[in-house]
Amino acid sequence: MKELLLGNEAVARGLYEAGVRVVSSYPGTPSTEITEAASAYDEIYCEWAPNEKVAMEVAAGASFGGARSFCGMKHVGLNVAADPLFTMSYIGVNGGVVIGVADDPGMHSSQNEQDSRNYAIAAKLPMVEPADSAECRDFTKLAYELSEQFDVPVLLRLSTRISHSRSIVELCERQAPALKPYEKNPAKNVMLPVFATKKHVVVEKRCDDLAAWAETCPLNRVEDNGSGVGVIAAGSVYQYAREALGDTVSYLKLGLIHPLPEKLIRDFAAKVKKLYVIEELDPIIETFCKKLGIAVIGKDVFPRCGEYSQSVVRRCVLGEEPEIMQVEAAIPGRPPVMCCGCPHRGVFYTLKKLGVYVSGDIGCYTLGATAPLSAMDTCVCMGASVSALHGFNKAIGADAEKKSVAVIGDSTFIHSGITGLIDIAYNKSNSVVIVLDNSITGMTGHQQNPTTGYTIKGDPTSAVNLEALCHAVGINRVRVCDPYNLQETEAVIREELAAEEPSVVIARRPCALLKYVKHNAPLTVKTDDCIGCKRCLSIGCPAISIHDKKAVIDYTQCVGCGVCEGLCPKKAITAQEAAK
Amino acid sequence: MSNVKSVLIVGVGGQGTLLASRLLGSAMMDLGYDVKVSEVHGMSQRGGSVETYVRYGDKVYSPVINQGEADIVLAFEQLEAARFLPFLKKGGVVVTNTQQIDPMPVVTGAAQYPQGLLEQIKAQGAGLLAIDALSLAEQAGSVKAVNVVLIGAMAKSLGSEKEIWLKTIEKTVPPKFVEMNKRAFELGYAAEE
Repeated sequence: MKELLLGNEAVARGLYEAGVRVVSSYPGTPSTEITEAASAYDEIYCEWAPNEKVAMEVAAGASFGGARSFCGMKHVGLNVAADPLFTMSYIGVNGGVVIGVADDPGMHSSQNEQDSRNYAIAAKLPMVEPADSAECRDFTKLAYELSEQFDVPVLLRLSTRISHSRSIVELCERQAPALKPYEKNPAKNVMLPVFATKKHVVVEKRCDDLAAWAETCPLNRVEDNGSGVGVIAAGSVYQYAREALGDTVSYLKLGLIHPLPEKLIRDFAAKVKKLYVIEELDPIIETFCKKLGIAVIGKDVFPRCGEYSQSVVRRCVLGEEPEIMQVEAAIPGRPPVMCCGCPHRGVFYTLKKLGVYVSGDIGCYTLGATAPLSAMDTCVCMGASVSALHGFNKAIGADAEKKSVAVIGDSTFIHSGITGLIDIAYNKSNSVVIVLDNSITGMTGHQQNPTTGYTIKGDPTSAVNLEALCHAVGINRVRVCDPYNLQETEAVIREELAAEEPSVVIARRPCALLKYVKHNAPLTVKTDDCIGCKRCLSIGCPAISIHDKKAVIDYTQCVGCGVCEGLCPKKAITAQEAAK
Repeated sequence: MSNVKSVLIVGVGGQGTLLASRLLGSAMMDLGYDVKVSEVHGMSQRGGSVETYVRYGDKVYSPVINQGEADIVLAFEQLEAARFLPFLKKGGVVVTNTQQIDPMPVVTGAAQYPQGLLEQIKAQGAGLLAIDALSLAEQAGSVKAVNVVLIGAMAKSLGSEKEIWLKTIEKTVPPKFVEMNKRAFELGYAAEE
């Protein structure tokens, strides 16, 4: 049967067909749908872990237990999981292990543009990279063979365009290998220096074996079009090159991107007069070729930053620019905004009003940094809001403590904010942490997490009690407010800023996009009463605009949250009697 | 020569461009074409300008559409039609909803919503089909059916038969919304400027 699958869904299909038993991941764009799709197969145990490090360790444990296992994450998630990654490389596997990592060239939904291939090199692990959904399925299955053959976890590298593009996949049956027996073997599985010293030698030998295997492995292929020009590429970039250059050049299409095949590359280079290496982000294949003494054209003509496309290839190789039509008018940008009814809006409105320093974090609420709310000072990585606020306050002292807060979502708080809060309590900074508890992992598209009370399959489970958790780590002042209620929110934040000890404010209100959230009737503006003061615009709600100097509420977007109602000095905003 | 068709679907996050691209991709696969659909997830979905690519033909390599390459730009909102006009190839057609949604810079007064966009698109020599998809969607039973109205209009522009689309709607849409979406499709298919 043929299906039009996302690359991520095809990876999940590969997990199913390869007989994988355990999947543990933390959501992160563009990797999230692998685990969501895998959870639809009853044969696979799937879970959302609190963070990527935990997820990878769960996969390691499942492998010890003899199962084929998987964990998936976005590129920056691999930073969080780097600790187990490097030592799992020494230990190897019992049941096969594949680690899916999705890069985001162009930063469609990320804070940096790091190239995960560097991890394959640093941790001495093989890495495969598919170029469409069919390869996503095929390479995933092959990665398990490779993992068990070479006693090594295998990295599966994806990118936004592979993860989030659909193409046709012919489905196969599941072939589940039996659980491998567990045998106690400290020399393999306990990385004390005495054992790790010996394992390092094994790892180096394995690198050589993999490099030899790379020369003839089925993942790499030459498409010889008899041309004097050659292109080496992998993943989506291969597709861009094919699109732009067609059969006018020959290709070495790499599917195994670490280790690289020395002889295969030398032979390919020998057949062409001019050789391009086309790769997004870091010049890894290019550097490898240059070390071999092979002359290649790479980053001297191709960009180091951003996402590639067929037009980038046309421009850099052929010098061609597209002919385009353009309207004369200047087109205003349309940046992403918080949704109508977003519970974060009220918190950021209040923080802007109070003029405090806001230590930010990763999630939908990072949009609190954008106009007109513009209420975020810093944003580094998952969890950093809490620990960086502590550092900020330690640097400046008591003055800063009265005028600064951290904001962090419920899922991010569990991921790695809680450790920062422990630091605040233990090392006594008088900091205020605001947990934006919208009862879901929002940005990645509504995944359950340990605070929601449901598993990935929607089954009820225990829920972390945030108030009790904060109390337990040594925070005495824990307050809860409703961010739709601006007066309450402001009063609570003011009180906690004034307090002489650390505190946590939980701004609690479910994400307005959750299916179970009932919306009120849309609001409307009594035009005669509106004086056009634009105060209602200050919350940055996409449903409110000004036409003919009067506020207008778009009834197709408004969910009746009422936050704007309280801002109107003339009480001109009211519920619409008959909602459409 | 490649027979690949490229349809660029653009709109405002939350308008249903993803469903539109999936319907088109699925319909073209059922017609026996190779298909690639590139979607937008994550941060950029939140009320921002979104673009989704659908390409089909005998053999499709790249999943993305660059400037000067789209046979059709299907726009869910006027400003987005104008923004993505550079992606249209010579001789291509813009199918757009006439609805206007103010982006945040316009809401905050930092910019103006430009006037006369449809005329400017036409003046560039692009084919143009502009319809009031919001009214037609309401007529079909829900403002949420804007996307399916527009798919109807695009299906007509692609010169394709209705039947394959109606079947795809049955396959893709939850059962209780099938009839409403079929009405929306028919209204879009029949719409003329």
